[in-house]
Amino acid sequence: MRALDHRRPATAQEAVDLVARHPGATFLAGGSNLVDHLKLGVASPDVLVDVRRLPLDGIERVEGEDGAVLRIGANVRNSDLAAHPVVRSRFPVVARALLAGASGQIRNQATTAGNLLQRTRCVYFQDVTTPCNKREPGTGCSALEGYGRYNAILGASPDCVATHPSDLAVGLAVLDATVVVLGLEGERRIPFDELHRLPGDRPGADTTLARSDLVTAVELPLDPDVHRSTYTKVRDRASYAFALVSVAASVRMEEGRTTDVRLAWGGVAHKPWRARRAEAALAGQQITEDAVRAAVDLELETTTTNRDTAYKVAMLRNTTVMTLLDLAEEASR
Amino acid sequence: MTEQQTRTISPRSIGTSLDRVDGREKVTGTASYAVEHADVNGTAAPLSLWLVTSTVAKGRITGVDASKALAHHGVSAMLDHTSAPRLAQTDNAELAILQDDRVGFRGQVVALVLAETSEAAREGAALVEVTYEQEPHEAELREDNATYRPDKVNPDVETDTDEGDVDAALAAADVVVDQTYRTPYEHNNPLEPHATLAWWEEREGREVLSMFDSTQGVHGVVQALAPMLGLENDQVRVRAPYVGGGFGSKGEAHAHVMAVALAARTTAGRPVRLAVTRQQMFSLTGYRTATISHVRLGAGRDGRLTAIEHAVQEQTSVVREFAEQTASPTRMLYAAPNRRTSHRLAQLDVAVPSWMRAPGEMPGMYAHEVAMDELAVACGLDPIVLRERNEPDLDPETGKPFNDRRLLDCLHRGADRFGWSTRPAGPRARLEGDWWVGTGVASATYPAMRQPGNQARVTALDGGRYEVAIGSVDIGTGARTVLTQIAADALEVEPSDIDLAIADSLLPSATVAGGSSGTSSWGSAIVAAAQLFREDHGAHPDPGVHTTASAADDPAAEDYAFHSFGAVFAEARVNRWTGEVRVPRLHGVYSVGRVINPRTARSQLVGGLVMGLSAGLFEESHRDPRFGHVVTQDLATYHVASHADVLDVDAEWLEESDEVFTPMGSRGIGEIGIVGTAAAVANATFHATGVRVRSLPLTPDHFLDA
Repeated sequence: MRALDHRRPATAQEAVDLVARHPGATFLAGGSNLVDHLKLGVASPDVLVDVRRLPLDGIERVEGEDGAVLRIGANVRNSDLAAHPVVRSRFPVVARALLAGASGQIRNQATTAGNLLQRTRCVYFQDVTTPCNKREPGTGCSALEGYGRYNAILGASPDCVATHPSDLAVGLAVLDATVVVLGLEGERRIPFDELHRLPGDRPGADTTLARSDLVTAVELPLDPDVHRSTYTKVRDRASYAFALVSVAASVRMEEGRTTDVRLAWGGVAHKPWRARRAEAALAGQQITEDAVRAAVDLELETTTTNRDTAYKVAMLRNTTVMTLLDLAEEASR
Repeated sequence: MTEQQTRTISPRSIGTSLDRVDGREKVTGTASYAVEHADVNGTAAPLSLWLVTSTVAKGRITGVDASKALAHHGVSAMLDHTSAPRLAQTDNAELAILQDDRVGFRGQVVALVLAETSEAAREGAALVEVTYEQEPHEAELREDNATYRPDKVNPDVETDTDEGDVDAALAAADVVVDQTYRTPYEHNNPLEPHATLAWWEEREGREVLSMFDSTQGVHGVVQALAPMLGLENDQVRVRAPYVGGGFGSKGEAHAHVMAVALAARTTAGRPVRLAVTRQQMFSLTGYRTATISHVRLGAGRDGRLTAIEHAVQEQTSVVREFAEQTASPTRMLYAAPNRRTSHRLAQLDVAVPSWMRAPGEMPGMYAHEVAMDELAVACGLDPIVLRERNEPDLDPETGKPFNDRRLLDCLHRGADRFGWSTRPAGPRARLEGDWWVGTGVASATYPAMRQPGNQARVTALDGGRYEVAIGSVDIGTGARTVLTQIAADALEVEPSDIDLAIADSLLPSATVAGGSSGTSSWGSAIVAAAQLFREDHGAHPDPGVHTTASAADDPAAEDYAFHSFGAVFAEARVNRWTGEVRVPRLHGVYSVGRVINPRTARSQLVGGLVMGLSAGLFEESHRDPRFGHVVTQDLATYHVASHADVLDVDAEWLEESDEVFTPMGSRGIGEIGIVGTAAAVANATFHATGVRVRSLPLTPDHFLDA
């Protein structure tokens, strides 16, 4: 058994300092991903800095500089977040994304920040007997020519075709959320879209965070205008499976035309894919099947697929059409 | 021991839903599974074993460096091919581990690490450095490499059959279906992983190996291990009091059992335990081969079959041969004068395939029953009418009369229950919201098997009680309960008067809990022993008297072909946008002889239907041919049906009794539920969408153009 030092710092700053001091240290929150990695040999930290008892578990309305936000503590459980009345009424995309993921037991254990920072489920990343640039830089990408059903089709690189597995992250991408981070230099705020990154030639890094950066909260703008939002996840079985593709959408309509439309895709890239070209094409438009198809195809111009992933193009197009048609109908009621 | 001709017994407890006799132990967690027997042999706690497995698919081990492992805290020993105890026989190359430097597949056992805790053993195993001289390997099944013709296919049936002139009949047929169907690799994945606890001791100057093993047959483990270890059978004792599922994967001892036996031989009597990890179960404990079925059906316009051809390509492993009998149900299911079947294998450098619930019938009937659905469409016939028109008078395979073939009764009962008469004839006829809705049907069949080599012992106890002993195993099916009922009725006492002793190789010998043969085989032996006991000792025996017997075959049985039958009906909904498939209704009707315990029987049949649904929609092991191992090696990436996928699933059976086959009137129910189910679901998705998918599983990507 590997000797592991388990630390339970009293403050968030102490946690950050601990990880910064120990090169082999890592944060432990709900553990639903990290504990698997310890068993599989994917991660081998020598210090676990346990942040579960830090008081980061509130959900509260906060008046910020740019208006009111809903501030969600990093340690809020996925199940609590999904059940929160304000989240359910104002941000259904968040509740639906959470409930589309994992199982009841895991949602009781997993935290908000942990969910965002979970790692790819690429089978080669999780199998230490195979090469993987994300796990072991420079060894090669086994997924590129291997089992590809869950591979990325947007923004991938020759070094990595992994997808980000979080449903919550895709939901937050359409809400223009802000991530609150505590680092060695103090607290800072990162636009949600800048939290995760594309693999490029450094697939080992899933995010733009430094190793000792601790996510302490996520803030959702409480826009006075009501946005309809939802999340559709397509998977191989009805429950307990990662997305083949998923669609998060948020729409505001006036007189049958969009005044604000936001679209993000899961299961297709190394990060939640905010479909800004498609959004631009739909701005001020009526939501029709043809309009959505055309907008999606514009976004998909840069797609790279192979035999295993070709299906994702049609699945994504269809699922986006279905999701936006339903949402537009809801918004115009 | 006497071979006794049995008489049909009068059902009293049989036919009632007696509560599981071990239900309380199981739900309260007091039932001890294999590695939970910690306090054995009066010694220190068991040592934990971890398997080091090969990271190349073919080659030679050039070095094993255990220095880091042995330096790790808690690790006590490492065994490899240079240091493990030698075996007396090595014919079974799956079990003959650590005897030479050859590697036959990726994931093969190449070293063992013993430690004080499982965590230390696991870390120790990760620290063992094995170097290889790698050789080119072949790990992919293709049509162009599956050309090897085995002598026999499982369990011991003809590889090929050929009657009449299939080619001429096809050339002359009004209607021909000529299609290829594919099923993927599948892994059994019982809830309890394969697990073994073993220790060696010396008794009366002889070595004795004792084991608790999670197995479907304790005697089979003894018979496999003893000669390899240079022992007589009575020097090995195997017990399996509780087993958390097997689905065939625990039907034979696999390499991990030998690993524990070898490791324990080096620990001076200290017990050794091993639970195989979920990931290791994808390379060490058996699986179902992928299959490619080339099916050609020739028929008149009225749907009457004139030719049936089923040519199968599948794979086996170089290390040990297992040839799945995929085309075997095609040989007996429908009448046709010209019929041909064949099996050809690719011999690959891969893990050893083995039994998985309904080997042969499951993939074979998927192909055949989808082809029949295609024929029904081509002839413009209702699929049930098509099957009525091809009902044989005699078993097409043996020419014998069927003892009790009630396929059409099952189809008709199911059609009635399922509301088949309102079904639109053509596909793609119902769209409800975003969902295309359709229904499908398939036949099911499974051979009725009673294995030779079963004995039971009845002993009178005080107070009108009886001990009934047989070394069979209850792998979660309810065998312990059902055998208690059979024993009670055979002795004409209450079930509460029976002390049933099972799951120990010291008890009278019993065959494997497999092939849907357990209850028939063990139950017949119990009836034989009970009836002979009453003949010898009367209704009021002295405590201590006992009788051991086996059941003689009914001479009338020679004259018949014995099979069970069923019909599976499925409703499928396919999302017109996402391609997702849901099965809101699944209904099976079965002719399986007399049902001993409706509650446990329903569980077996519904469980089979769920497993068939799961195979139809989800299950697929992806082997990466570059590496040679399955990369979807956990239950997050190998999908089985979740609760949300299992909606209205029900099974019923015809009231009947097959008294020629067994004195209980029963025929066996463990496997037939999985047979035909994937075909019924596939046929329903075609009826819903008009899209014919000829490979499993029926994942959403197949229906995106629907």
